[in-house]
Amino acid sequence: MKIKDIPQDKAGSLGGETKVIYAESDSGRIESSETNGWEVEEIVLGQALDEIKRLTMDAYQRARQGKTSALEFHMYHQRMDLPMLAQAVGRFQWMVKRDFSPYRFARLSAEKLDGYAAVLGIDRDTLKQLPETYE
Amino acid sequence: MNKPLEHRHAAHCETGVMSAMLRYHGLEVSEPMAFGLASGLTYAYIPMVKINGLPLIAYRTPPRMIIHALSRRIGGLKMAFQKFRKPAQGEAVLDRLLDDGRIVGLQTSVFFLPYFPEDMRFHFNAHNLLVYGREGEAFQVSDPVFSHLVTVDRPSLSKARFAKGALAPKGLLYYPAEVPAEIDFNTVLPKAIRFTAKINGKRSPVPIAGAKGIQRVARNIRKLVDAEERYAHLYLGHIVRMQEEIGTVGGGFRFMYAAFLQEAAEILASDQLAEAADEMSLIGDEWRLFALMCARKSKARYDDTFDSIADQLDKIALREAELFARLSALESK
Repeated sequence: MKIKDIPQDKAGSLGGETKVIYAESDSGRIESSETNGWEVEEIVLGQALDEIKRLTMDAYQRARQGKTSALEFHMYHQRMDLPMLAQAVGRFQWMVKRDFSPYRFARLSAEKLDGYAAVLGIDRDTLKQLPETYE
Repeated sequence: MNKPLEHRHAAHCETGVMSAMLRYHGLEVSEPMAFGLASGLTYAYIPMVKINGLPLIAYRTPPRMIIHALSRRIGGLKMAFQKFRKPAQGEAVLDRLLDDGRIVGLQTSVFFLPYFPEDMRFHFNAHNLLVYGREGEAFQVSDPVFSHLVTVDRPSLSKARFAKGALAPKGLLYYPAEVPAEIDFNTVLPKAIRFTAKINGKRSPVPIAGAKGIQRVARNIRKLVDAEERYAHLYLGHIVRMQEEIGTVGGGFRFMYAAFLQEAAEILASDQLAEAADEMSLIGDEWRLFALMCARKSKARYDDTFDSIADQLDKIALREAELFARLSALESK
């Protein structure tokens, strides 16, 4: 790729930062150069974020209806999924899934709640509650 | 007092950190050179490991491998590594090393680093950065994938270093314990290039790495015709994301390797390597086109089909296989 062909699509996801890309100068030398984003990258990143959002929204609504616990919502909200969360707290997936039951979740020990809160990067009180609204 | 550190914006965290570290200690090693010497280029399709329910596809060797490979390849370079069970211990050791005037490499989780843009903060536990000093509770960080220096507060840095889950960093820190005065490029370059060529070419030990891995992914793409549309688009997007995420704008590290081949060609005065560099750069363009086709498909804007996308991948596989076959016969000087 030539330096002048490097895409400069001002990607929003980079938040104004730039990335390095190696490209050919006119003399044929491959040098380090910069880009502020590529539309293709933006599309696929947006796709991934949309998917997380869809799962979060779904969990939020089910939690509102009392079909799942706030834990599932916060898991997706912090961009994790079941295998990730289970690995992070060092428990089997079915053990974490069990805590998606509102009945069980309401009776979890402070210790367990803190374990979840720590890997999700939020505090215990936030973890126990659903936010008023989510969109 | 620490010697001033020259911050150079890099394409990839691990090679960027290693290049900065070696340069700080007097070895002129550019980022592509660090990448090439460590034989960082590869392709691996690993269906057993799932990321958000989709298979892992790697365009480079696994995290930490570049650091280890470099300390093995460069004669006389010894890296010191340390992991910790308790965050408090890890913090104390880092403080001490910094107060001694060392620069220290850290493995961290992107999600907890405050200076990352919101959209880029995923739970990725193998991000490397360089700490070069501290002022009270603020750590001065040279993150090679950012164009400028940043500071991180102690609680965030600790969270990032001791994040849990896959590839958990466990507070890993590293620094060079011994650095040689120079590198014997004449022996180490052909060795590193042949190694890369062999693992990616015909001699690839497993059918999921190198050209065969690429062909396997191509076959999977053809099968997407029967899949649910949402899944198919996520799958394609995922392949591209694995290619991009670490900041290569579509080239999947091929451009960086081309830069390395060019540098190697100059040092060894080899026409064969200069040609290989051009070919690798062209292959990088093909990867970019492939990424573009995948993204277009998910937007349904153009008439790309799963077959045409898979054909593009097969084409790349053939070209890479051919190039690596030639490079694996590279002779030492």
